[in-house]
Amino acid sequence: MTVLALETESPNTNDTITFPTAWKRRHLLDLESLSADEINILLDSAERLKWITGGCRRKLTLLSGKTLANLFFENSTRTRNSFSLAAKRLGADTVEFASSSSSVSKGETFVDTAKTIQAMGVDWVVTRHSTPGTPHLLARELDCCVLNAGDGAHEHPTQGLLDMLTIRQHRGQLNGLTVALVGDIAHSRTARSNMWGLRKLGAHVIVCGPATLVSPRWAELGFEVAHSLDEILPRCDVLNLLRIQFERQKSRPFPSVHEYSNRYAMNGKRLRRCKPDVLIMAPGPINRGVEITPEVADGPHSVILEQVTNGIAVRMAALWLLAGANEENR
Amino acid sequence: MMDPQPLLIEHGRLVDPSQGIDRLARVLMSRGKVIAIDPCDDDLPDYHHHIDARNCIVAPGLVDLGTEFREPGREEDETIETGGAAAVAGGYTSVLCSANTDPPIDTPAGVELVRRIAAACAGPRVHVIACASRGRDGEQMAELGLLAEAGAIGFSDSPRPIHNSALLKYALDYCRMFDLPIFDRPVDPDLVEDGVAHDGQVALVLGLKGLPTEAEDLAVARDVRLAEATGGRLHVGPVSTMGSVDLLRRVKQRGIEVTASVCPHNLWHSDEMLRSFDSRFKVHPPLRSDKHIESLINAVADGTIDAIQSGHMPRAREKKMNDIDQAPFGASTLETTLAVIATRLIHTGKMDWSQAIMRLSTKPAKIAGISAGTLAIGSPADCVVINPNETWKINSDDFYSQCHSSPHDGDEVTGRVVYTIVGGEIRFTRRPALQHLV
Repeated sequence: MTVLALETESPNTNDTITFPTAWKRRHLLDLESLSADEINILLDSAERLKWITGGCRRKLTLLSGKTLANLFFENSTRTRNSFSLAAKRLGADTVEFASSSSSVSKGETFVDTAKTIQAMGVDWVVTRHSTPGTPHLLARELDCCVLNAGDGAHEHPTQGLLDMLTIRQHRGQLNGLTVALVGDIAHSRTARSNMWGLRKLGAHVIVCGPATLVSPRWAELGFEVAHSLDEILPRCDVLNLLRIQFERQKSRPFPSVHEYSNRYAMNGKRLRRCKPDVLIMAPGPINRGVEITPEVADGPHSVILEQVTNGIAVRMAALWLLAGANEENR
Repeated sequence: MMDPQPLLIEHGRLVDPSQGIDRLARVLMSRGKVIAIDPCDDDLPDYHHHIDARNCIVAPGLVDLGTEFREPGREEDETIETGGAAAVAGGYTSVLCSANTDPPIDTPAGVELVRRIAAACAGPRVHVIACASRGRDGEQMAELGLLAEAGAIGFSDSPRPIHNSALLKYALDYCRMFDLPIFDRPVDPDLVEDGVAHDGQVALVLGLKGLPTEAEDLAVARDVRLAEATGGRLHVGPVSTMGSVDLLRRVKQRGIEVTASVCPHNLWHSDEMLRSFDSRFKVHPPLRSDKHIESLINAVADGTIDAIQSGHMPRAREKKMNDIDQAPFGASTLETTLAVIATRLIHTGKMDWSQAIMRLSTKPAKIAGISAGTLAIGSPADCVVINPNETWKINSDDFYSQCHSSPHDGDEVTGRVVYTIVGGEIRFTRRPALQHLV
């Protein structure tokens, strides 16, 4: 068993974290393939690291000497910075590659780009790409740890984990809760990661949105499919409001933004029909007025900003666990 | 082609559905033709080569209704020479080359070029399917009459569908003058956008853009209706859906003479393979779900689908190395088609060898209107010798094709080509030397 003791800069002698021997994975590619135990290890570690760092603010030296490379082929501000901050809070260095400024714009394939970056001696590659499965391809090609920061409409595992951590912190557990994912399920990687993760931990998942964006095939896979937000509102413990991904839609799958927000936007009137302790979440960036009105986004039920903080926590946990597993492998 | 020595194939099981033969027989070939079945010893020429086909099947060489040799212009994917080597290694003695080249073959000079290059290679007989539209733009009909005079044996905009219904109707009508077929790959492009995988549960879970079955069904429905309206010769294919099969079954019952084909990869693996995100499973038509596979297998067995085509769409390694969105559709299939069919359809009892040779050789030759697909006396000595019971593992590194991407890489199959003979000349063999008889 590896015990990683922390630097003494922390005044509290309880500030230690023990590496869970059950954790074996070197990559975090999706939540569909993780077990409930593995997800719990990630969430527990995130909670612990969040506490040790005083709410993700204090810097540790747990992973000093290691380097994280952000390899983003799609625009991102919050996820990229969140990974960078997570690495820095644990004492690691970071290096940034953006597709527009790298060799990819000169015609290099992304696998070649990733191999080049690995050859510079990085320990983690965090990747975002518009094509599903690109992190899986990298994981086959690279020796370092690969973290999926979003692959097309497939998965965004750390987003799923931070959503689950946020719910767990408010409700103690996920088992037995009803969680609705509302909006553009078809194009949402956040939705897919949430669906698998929540279900593995015992939550009931409803996917809700226009029929053109919520396939009836999800029902065959055991998820509840709904097209009317008003009908499901009173049953939900959590509402996770997803952004409409206009950039991924070639032809409009609904008549107008006006009609969409009329049917699916979370507003004050709808909020009053919810359970009194309902949690309102959004993965962001949020489109105020489209899927959520300001009074709800900024209201007492909203945990949107907590999600952002928890994002750093789950990313610290993921980096720490993957690096530990990789070390043991060697 | 020089006149090869007379060639006697003996001790083999002759399977020739064109003559209804399935029995042990000797086949004698000379001057590029079949000259005798079961000749008596006295009739044998004094000096001839001989092949001992013990425990093997002797059949008319396979005929491919749609293959891509990417020459001219895309030689990084495949040349006529490398594609030809792959074809004969797969038992093909005639292939119909589609015009997916750069520039596309839409002039008599283009047809001539391909025919000349092919004639200089020791591969299969190469026939040209020229463009149906000028520059394959899908708008203006190409000079079909002049292309026919130059030797084109049919027309297609493959791998694109002929989307413009007016163009397809005119082309079908116009081609009645030359009695040549139009080959259409049935897809409604409005319904597929940038799809990469069968629009089913797997694509849903993986977030892959879908290729819905109705995009094919609608195109097949339109195509057969236009064939009926014009009386033109139409071949739709490759098809990959239950919906296509249903439509074809109905129109054939009504006596409409359209023909259809299917690719071997659509008879085996399902879209589950895409879970690996490996672009070697990005093929066209896409790997679909099990119910479609079952429907296609039944349709090939009962003749609703007339022919099996290799679907050979070679693409260079650096192109297939890309992620699943960027990587092009395509696979190297000429060298594996026969083995896949033997494994999936014959050894499972879905059809016998005679039916398989019908779908792989006799019927495709008839659809193409070429002299092939038979070993009747006087026909070209194009023949394949198959060991039906040899089990081997497909290794795409061993391919003669320049393209090493295969959805069947690593699959264990039973049935293998031993000799491929074109015009009485051995163009491929897996055995070291010929035995001689004086």
